[in-house]
Amino acid sequence: MNVILSFFTENLELIYIVILSIFLGIEVIGRVPSVLHTPLMSGANAIHGVVIIGAIIVMGKAQTDNYLALVLGFLAVVLGTLNVVGGFVVTDRMLEMFKAKKKKL
Amino acid sequence: MNFSILAICYLIGSVTFILGLKMLSNPVTARRGNLIAASGMLVAIVGTIFLYEDEGSRLGNYVWIFGGLVIGSVIGAVSARKVKMTAMPEMVSLFNGTGGACAALISIVEFNHMYREHSQNASLIFSDLMLPAHYLTIIAGAIIGSISFAGSIIAWAKLSGKINDFSFKGQHIINLVILALAFAAAVITYNTSLQAVNIPFFVTVGLALLYGVFFVLPIGGADMPVVISLLNSFTGVAAACGGFLYHNQVMLTGGILVGAAGTLLTILMCKAMNRSLKNVLIGSFGGSSKSAQVTGTQGAYKEISLSDAAMIMSYAHKVMIVPGYGLAVAQAQHTCHELEKVLTDKGVEVKYAIHPVAGRMPGHMNVLLAEADVSYEKLLEMEQANDEFKTTDVVLILGANDVVNPAAKNDPASPIYGMPILEVELAKNVIVNKRSMKPGYAGIENALFFQPKTSMLFGDAKKVLQDLLAEMKNL
Repeated sequence: MNVILSFFTENLELIYIVILSIFLGIEVIGRVPSVLHTPLMSGANAIHGVVIIGAIIVMGKAQTDNYLALVLGFLAVVLGTLNVVGGFVVTDRMLEMFKAKKKKL
Repeated sequence: MNFSILAICYLIGSVTFILGLKMLSNPVTARRGNLIAASGMLVAIVGTIFLYEDEGSRLGNYVWIFGGLVIGSVIGAVSARKVKMTAMPEMVSLFNGTGGACAALISIVEFNHMYREHSQNASLIFSDLMLPAHYLTIIAGAIIGSISFAGSIIAWAKLSGKINDFSFKGQHIINLVILALAFAAAVITYNTSLQAVNIPFFVTVGLALLYGVFFVLPIGGADMPVVISLLNSFTGVAAACGGFLYHNQVMLTGGILVGAAGTLLTILMCKAMNRSLKNVLIGSFGGSSKSAQVTGTQGAYKEISLSDAAMIMSYAHKVMIVPGYGLAVAQAQHTCHELEKVLTDKGVEVKYAIHPVAGRMPGHMNVLLAEADVSYEKLLEMEQANDEFKTTDVVLILGANDVVNPAAKNDPASPIYGMPILEVELAKNVIVNKRSMKPGYAGIENALFFQPKTSMLFGDAKKVLQDLLAEMKNL
């Protein structure tokens, strides 16, 4: 019981973020027209690429003699970057078309 | 000082993610929204590289970090630029998988770090080293990330036709057992002494990977969008675990936003396809659809010649095009747009009826048709289209099947019963272009094809459209 309580007080700020973000995520996506579902999914996909920050931290903290951590951390950085860069570029390509068409209207 | 600047970087990142998602929800601002989110991400990444401090010490290994960033950026940008519009869902799935793998690797390295730090005290129990909450963030990141990675790779391979559906009886029970074993292994890891802790930990990761594979394998193509969306939100949650681990606000905001939004999107898609999330989750759809009755409503269907098809369409007042996955595979969106232009020049009113789950992802058809410059207001959503079918002379169905199957309305025994469909049978004539009489993704017969007002036009969508165009120009 004490463990749970102290977890709550120590992480109060983070817990607030989690709860508010859940509502925000639902609110934001609730008004999306179905036309934009694929680009939106792709955009959201790019945003969870924020996990790259964790990869950078892990990589930067790895001791130089710990090859397992270095190799896995490096792999994590590469994969995370793929997620971020690939995700945003794909989304941009999809949306490029919407924009070209909008100009014509 | 550095720390405060980093905090501001993260604040900027979080705000741009929210703004970006919000702007992505409007066609006019969507592209800018994406760019804003991307620039916020850049700020957060650069800030982390140069300003992050852990107990007073800066990050090292810059060569490795920048090497990874450069390699990832090049591969990511090139593959995202080169991929065909029709292969977009696979690509999204693949990128989602890399994100999941990244989250899992972070957890594995953190675990290894903890293990090495105390390896001289081999008799210590793992639970002595960290609080349950701390362990939970590590192991949850590892499990969820692994499931998301393995599942996304399978989804990618299935969508690109590299592997087929695979299911066996009682598979969903085995899936649940695998998942339960993974949780059990996670608990055992926490209560094991350091000298033996590696085994249960990697068993946990292995079981999670296995679960990801078995989770997606039996699910049929029709459910793939739901699965990708679900895995997308999984990866979001895995990223958020990293946020808890490092007390990192931007990872937390980004991860949870995507987790929540992705879950809602998944539920919306399930609703559109009248399938409960539970059924998708335990992977029962693929199994049941295969065993589902191949009902004997078959009668005679009639074929129509190209010239006849061209004729009725040219002399119609209103033609409604229903694009489906067949159009996407055949890359026929440009030819389709040409056909639309030729018909419009002849004074025919042409519109497109877009089912929410036509193609392989929601909105997939809109993206494809947008690529071919089809004007936005010609695309009708399902409700509008259903209102207009009554006044439509010819409906041209291009490689769509389940979304126009009347069984969804009349046959309570059908696996797709209750799914909203395009009510094309309200129109005067229906021309169906398909490659063969084979059933669609859901694996069921379509009574529409045997109705008297329906005629079939077999062949690859692009080839057929080109021939139709030629015929029309000759008229």
